[in-house]
Amino acid sequence: MKKHLLSITSNTEIARNIFEMKLTGPGTATMTVPGQFLHVSVGKHTSKLLRRPLSICDVDLEKEEVTLLYRAQGEGTKQLSQKQTGEFVDVLGPLGNGFSVESIDEGKSALLIGGGIGVPPLYYLGKKLREKGMKVTFILGYQSLEDSFYIEKFQEIGETIVTTVDGTLGIKGFVTDAMDQLISEEPVIYSVGPAVMLKAVEQKAAGLNGFISLEERMGCGIGACFACVCPTETRQSGYVKICSDGPVFKMGEVVL
Amino acid sequence: MSRLSVSLPGLNMKNPILPASGCFGFGKEYAKWYDLSLLGGITIKAATLEGRFGNPTPRVAETESGMLNAIGLQNPGVKGIIENELPALEPYNIPILANIAGSTEEEYIEVTKQISASPLVSAVELNISCPNVKEGGIQFGTHYRSAADLTRKVKSVSEKPVYVKLSPNVSNITEMAEAVEDAGADGLSMINTLVGMKLDWRTGSPILANKTGGLSGPAIKPVAIRMIYEVSQKVSLPIIGMGGVSSAEDVMEMMSAGASAVAVGTANFVNPYVCPEIIEKLPELLDEIGVEQISEMTGRSLRQWKTPLSSR
Repeated sequence: MKKHLLSITSNTEIARNIFEMKLTGPGTATMTVPGQFLHVSVGKHTSKLLRRPLSICDVDLEKEEVTLLYRAQGEGTKQLSQKQTGEFVDVLGPLGNGFSVESIDEGKSALLIGGGIGVPPLYYLGKKLREKGMKVTFILGYQSLEDSFYIEKFQEIGETIVTTVDGTLGIKGFVTDAMDQLISEEPVIYSVGPAVMLKAVEQKAAGLNGFISLEERMGCGIGACFACVCPTETRQSGYVKICSDGPVFKMGEVVL
Repeated sequence: MSRLSVSLPGLNMKNPILPASGCFGFGKEYAKWYDLSLLGGITIKAATLEGRFGNPTPRVAETESGMLNAIGLQNPGVKGIIENELPALEPYNIPILANIAGSTEEEYIEVTKQISASPLVSAVELNISCPNVKEGGIQFGTHYRSAADLTRKVKSVSEKPVYVKLSPNVSNITEMAEAVEDAGADGLSMINTLVGMKLDWRTGSPILANKTGGLSGPAIKPVAIRMIYEVSQKVSLPIIGMGGVSSAEDVMEMMSAGASAVAVGTANFVNPYVCPEIIEKLPELLDEIGVEQISEMTGRSLRQWKTPLSSR
């Protein structure tokens, strides 16, 4: 595990309050596992001390470039959104376990389900699964058309179904409303989003093999502070640490 | 003797820096980032008699130049710590300060007996100041008679020196310090976190599931400096200073105020390498002011500047 100073190559708003930040530096060479995250410092000389855990959305190993998508919601991420090309960002990582791509049968199809700012890690994951020869289908859920992002890019990897809560794009409703006909093929499920969505996905996909990635407010990001725990009935300790045991868990492994 | 070494009861440290309890887990997480033998010592996360799961999440909230936490003393219990956590620290050969907590006197006593008997533990830190559990010991830490009683009882069963960790959430911290000194404490750790709260102004909902939490980080450093400065003039016990320390300069300031060693807490979350970086920089700062041994820094402020003690 390492701390890196990466240089910003772009930082632009791609949907309402959603920013795409591209960073470059030699540290990107280790960022090969989808579903891991970077613990990003907003910067020195700010009263925002804590790092922000941001999922890796894409990595270009040749260009030594990593892409992060984040929502500028609080003061810290708003400050991050004002950073200019050429500025440096202090990151720890890659952190967390990430999605296990190796353990999956190649003949299987994969259904990747993301909600809101949970969508980004599915992009790198989708690319990796495609490289393995799997058929990849996405269900992406957003609040509305204005909040949607990266849809064309996902379409380049596989069939992409969009849901919006207000019906301004795609199917009106939640990601689970688009799952029914797709789970009959018994795909492997990969899902990222708020806990309430993951819970609904797990119920809908009961009996299928799959993985979820959790979000939580974090302190250290490396397993020391015990801020981001989640209860589980499958381990003797009774809990998992989302930052270091996760953020990816098997469906059913943790209590949502 | 190296110029950075300091010696406190039970703690012979090659430098004055140790991570603060709760901010370093049981050490193994940070061992992935650097060689822990660089540290002056380690304070491990609080031990209770039985394992505790802690509070619901969210357990942390960021504040201006600080953070609130309400972890809730999550730990595997004293047996689990002795069997599974302490042995991993043995190879680093540095003093281990074991933080102990409890809900009752009996629990404190039993935890102290067990953990102080471990050959790997150099000293214990009596946590009577955790603000985040209903019965987390702060009831012992906000009244001087209860603090003194508990200190006496723990001291009578402990096989190692006892440091009492004081709460800043009291009207007169000097009174607390004097009470535990009279009760036989070997040293003080100060300060623990200040009780605080953060709300979502739109909904009125507290950010922390526990509603209130302990404030730490640079925001509380001036409070810590003031309290260490006051207490060190009234008691003769060595003080492990802590509260918002995040740089070598902060360490020098806190020792000037009266600390003999300095614990680094929240800063570990911001920069996992902060402790070794501080240690590396200390000699440079000593050179700058012409001080040879870092132990000479302790209480330097009052020696140099005969500032009248505040009337508190």
